[in-house]
Amino acid sequence: MKGNHSGTVRTGRKWRLTSEDLWGYAFIAVAMIVFCVFTVYPVISAFFTSFEEYKPLGSTFVALENYKTTFTNDLFYKSVWNTLVYTVFTVPLSLCISFLVAIMILPFSRKVQSVFKSLYYLPAVASGVALSVVWLWIYDPLPTGLLNSLLSVFGIDNVNWLGSSRTAMFSLILMALLAGHGTQIIIYLAALLGVPNSLFEAADLDGATFLQKLWYIVIPLVKPTTLFLLVTGIIGSFQVFMNAYMMTGGGPDNATTMVGLLIFNNAFKYSDYGLACAQALVLAVVIAAVSLLQFKLMGEDVEY
Amino acid sequence: MSGLYSQHLNRPWLRTVRNGLISLVLIALAVATLFPIYYMIVSSFGAPVEAGGASYSLFPTTLTLDSYKFFFDFSPYSARWLLNSLVVGLVTVLGNVVFAGLAGYAFAKIRFKGKRFLFYALLCAMMIPYQVTQVPLYMLMVNQLHLSNTYAALVAPTFVTAYNVFLCKQFMSSLPTEIIECAKIEGCNQLQIYLKIIMPLSKTVLAVMAILTFMNSWNNFFWPFLVTSKDYMQTIQVGLKNFKFANTTYFAPMMAGATISALPMFILFFSLQKYFLEGVTIGAVKG
Repeated sequence: MKGNHSGTVRTGRKWRLTSEDLWGYAFIAVAMIVFCVFTVYPVISAFFTSFEEYKPLGSTFVALENYKTTFTNDLFYKSVWNTLVYTVFTVPLSLCISFLVAIMILPFSRKVQSVFKSLYYLPAVASGVALSVVWLWIYDPLPTGLLNSLLSVFGIDNVNWLGSSRTAMFSLILMALLAGHGTQIIIYLAALLGVPNSLFEAADLDGATFLQKLWYIVIPLVKPTTLFLLVTGIIGSFQVFMNAYMMTGGGPDNATTMVGLLIFNNAFKYSDYGLACAQALVLAVVIAAVSLLQFKLMGEDVEY
Repeated sequence: MSGLYSQHLNRPWLRTVRNGLISLVLIALAVATLFPIYYMIVSSFGAPVEAGGASYSLFPTTLTLDSYKFFFDFSPYSARWLLNSLVVGLVTVLGNVVFAGLAGYAFAKIRFKGKRFLFYALLCAMMIPYQVTQVPLYMLMVNQLHLSNTYAALVAPTFVTAYNVFLCKQFMSSLPTEIIECAKIEGCNQLQIYLKIIMPLSKTVLAVMAILTFMNSWNNFFWPFLVTSKDYMQTIQVGLKNFKFANTTYFAPMMAGATISALPMFILFFSLQKYFLEGVTIGAVKG
């Protein structure tokens, strides 16, 4: 932003639009119309809908009733708990795996690196529906199912993976951990390649070991990346919907009902739009809080 | 070559052994990651019989395309689902490349009143979870505008996304302002500048954006599922879901369906790997 030609703009600043202004508005017009109709309007509408009870012939204003229902509903707390369990087990572990894989890819040449990047990224290209279908069969409860027959080799008894409330959540977590971390690995690798070599050379002169270099140089320097991935991971995990919807339907006994599925069911299964909007807004506030926390943490971390 | 690892300059064999061991671990992990996809493709060549359960064979015992035929015979519109996904994807890509590109340039280089405010509004929008907008959007499209089962409904909400505007803005901000000033002195207007100078310079970022947009559109399930109740307007992902819930015991055909839905993306990925991988990091820079 160089201010040397801002004088021409300043003269007409008050009300007159310069031709620059008009070009600007023309260029953003379509984007802004789409943005207003499909994001701004729905958000405002969601806010008002959350205070209403939806009826096909005109909704009625019910004040905070939907929020009261939300916070007194056992299923809501159960779904929040399930979402938290899912998040706590998938996000940090997946970050660790991605970091370790990226570290292992690092010593190879660019060519080999991109081969590994492609291999690990490939599952991310397939749709969630397709992957859910495949995992559904991997978890086939019959003894001929893939995972069961694999484990029977080790003498482990038949497990009804998705059908038992004891293992259903575990199964979804295991799937998330095995289904690939391509995106995170690639982002970590980019961050690792950005660590200046001079730091390692200096450390070598001091006789630092591999683990010391990892602990004192690499981990602090990729901390912003870790935070970024942590927060995007948490946000994504809070919104998880596909696996529960496709594989367990939230069951058994709501053991895998997560917030995303709960909102979906309230809206599109029971047509309780008001309640769904109220719950979605609660989710949005939680996500905003997590994002703000990230900005605070990132802000402290900018200088190193 | 990163300095994190010791070069073992005096003992090069040690480096070879170390790298060999690491690559073994990496290959083992890659096999685990890719296994579901391998299993999906291999099993899709099985016979379309109502199996008592899944086949646990890791190698194809039969090689028949009957399961694919079974999937396509499931609905008279099975092939159209693919066409619908393609049309929706292409139109979405076109909208984003043209209009997110223009908006990105405006936010990066044109001085207009209210720019900062509008841009921050866009940024905030990216943090809103889709659950918030989904219900009102559904009510708007289906109940008020009566657009269910139309391409318009499938495309419109993602015709220009805030994320893509942000992506273009980030890249175009890095282009030198001097060339724009020169072009202005030469008598170019902003549209000419964009078409003749900025677009050619932004080819890569626009290509990356086009590919990621197409992939997201192709793999999108939630929205097409909400606005299509008629078979003939559904996309392949919604069709696959229908197939799954209608034929819960047909193992091989389900795998064939999953393969059909994923294969176009695999082909695209292998032919345009560079852009895919670049896209992952472009989005993460500056978070």
